[in-house]
Amino acid sequence: MGYTSKFRVWRGDDTDGGLVDFEVEVNEGEVVLDIVHRLQATEAPDLAVRWNCKAGKCGSCSAEVNGRPRLMCMTRMSTFSQDEVVTVTPLRAFPVIKDLVTDVSFNYQKAREIPSFAPPVGVEPGDYRMQQVDVQRSQEFRKCIECFLCQNTCHVIRDHEENKEAFAGPRYFIRLAELDMHPLDVKDRRRGAQEEHGLGMCNITKCCTDVCPEHIHITDNAIIPMKERVADVKYDPLKRILLKITSRDD
Amino acid sequence: MSVNAPGRAKIDAKTLRTDAWWLQPAITAAVLLSFIVYATWRAFEDKFYFVNELNPGGKVDLISPFYSPCLASHCVSGSSMLGQPIGSWWTLSPALLILVFPLGFRFTCYYYRKAYFRSFWLSPPACAVAEPHTKYTGETRFPLLVNNLHRYFFYIGLVFNALLTIDAFIAFRGVQGGFHMSVGTVVLLLNATFLWLYSLSCHSCRHAMGGRLNHFSKHPVRYRMWTWISRLNTHHPKFAWISLIGVALADYYVRCISAGTFTDILFF
Repeated sequence: MGYTSKFRVWRGDDTDGGLVDFEVEVNEGEVVLDIVHRLQATEAPDLAVRWNCKAGKCGSCSAEVNGRPRLMCMTRMSTFSQDEVVTVTPLRAFPVIKDLVTDVSFNYQKAREIPSFAPPVGVEPGDYRMQQVDVQRSQEFRKCIECFLCQNTCHVIRDHEENKEAFAGPRYFIRLAELDMHPLDVKDRRRGAQEEHGLGMCNITKCCTDVCPEHIHITDNAIIPMKERVADVKYDPLKRILLKITSRDD
Repeated sequence: MSVNAPGRAKIDAKTLRTDAWWLQPAITAAVLLSFIVYATWRAFEDKFYFVNELNPGGKVDLISPFYSPCLASHCVSGSSMLGQPIGSWWTLSPALLILVFPLGFRFTCYYYRKAYFRSFWLSPPACAVAEPHTKYTGETRFPLLVNNLHRYFFYIGLVFNALLTIDAFIAFRGVQGGFHMSVGTVVLLLNATFLWLYSLSCHSCRHAMGGRLNHFSKHPVRYRMWTWISRLNTHHPKFAWISLIGVALADYYVRCISAGTFTDILFF
């Protein structure tokens, strides 16, 4: 059974903009992205929106719906009451290009700053052998679809643009964790995580985990374990002495 | 710089969230503040922390978790399980000698960090709600750098858990010997149990058990322990709250018996 919903969509560019009101038809089973497409087809043909798979797997349609970072294609209209005004804005941590499209190149720059996978010398691609039990922790982080909702909601850069240079953000902390926990990666990434990628700026408020559409346990399984690994080499003199005495290598 | 940095979408509102995002930090702040007020009052009260046969309502030996181990010379007779090594120079409440350790464990805890950063420091108050601060350096400087020492507080916390567990078993022994059970013994045992669950579900414990390993297949026993701790770890916030409220209730129960407010109920 269809109904008419009140929508407020942010329209503008990097110089100016504001929320524009629309009244739009909503049908059973639709998601926010369907309604945005209906607006494009009817009242606002020049409304800019980035989207691709409509299945929550490409990470393109990230936006903020009623102030909450969401994938528009995974936000059902049935989660709102029929008389509720639904407000859709672009991601607020990144520069806006037009309407709902933002420039997320910050994230690609940070991706390039993470040293890539470093297998042992002499082990060529195709010769990698590892047990499932050793690699399964890293595999959780491979579910990331790079929607950048975690980056957008992280207050370290959302509320402090000046921190962007020093802070890689949760998406790249899971990349660091993925590599540091990998059984075949030989590069020690612990000091770098703290000193070059800004892990110490994270204060564990878990918003990245809350918004992740892939339900990756970003904080508990990546950031906190990385903080503990950093503590091993930077803040725990007793452990360092103990490891030296016992000559243990994990 | 705020969420309205140059180049971003111009939106005046600090948040467009329409739900009651303020409720959770408000409840967290209220509960934590209540605990801080209660714990401070009890730590400075310096009485009604031990129950034995001298107390009208005392059926078994009960000591408040806020005062165990009681290390100062003026501790009530019978309450010093580890003796009184601090001596007589310490004239303040003996609780002040030990409470810094469990409080340090909770202050540096990864879960409580989320709780107090959100509810007290509003950094941020809730997800996608702008924080009020103009500058942010996180845990890169003193004093918040101390949070990196969580594992040391965890190790010390284990010692306290062991002592409080012994306190609970001593309570079952009864003042006249034999084996007794009262509401007080159950309270102390539950308190110790919740504290163990809180400690063992800790992220530092998870790391020490096996989280730091990259080759689980080479360490099957530690891997098994890591999986157990990981299961507990998912409930860490729950255990954090239960044990916090539990330790305050256990202390209050002992205080009520010690002060003669009511009598401990002896089952057998």
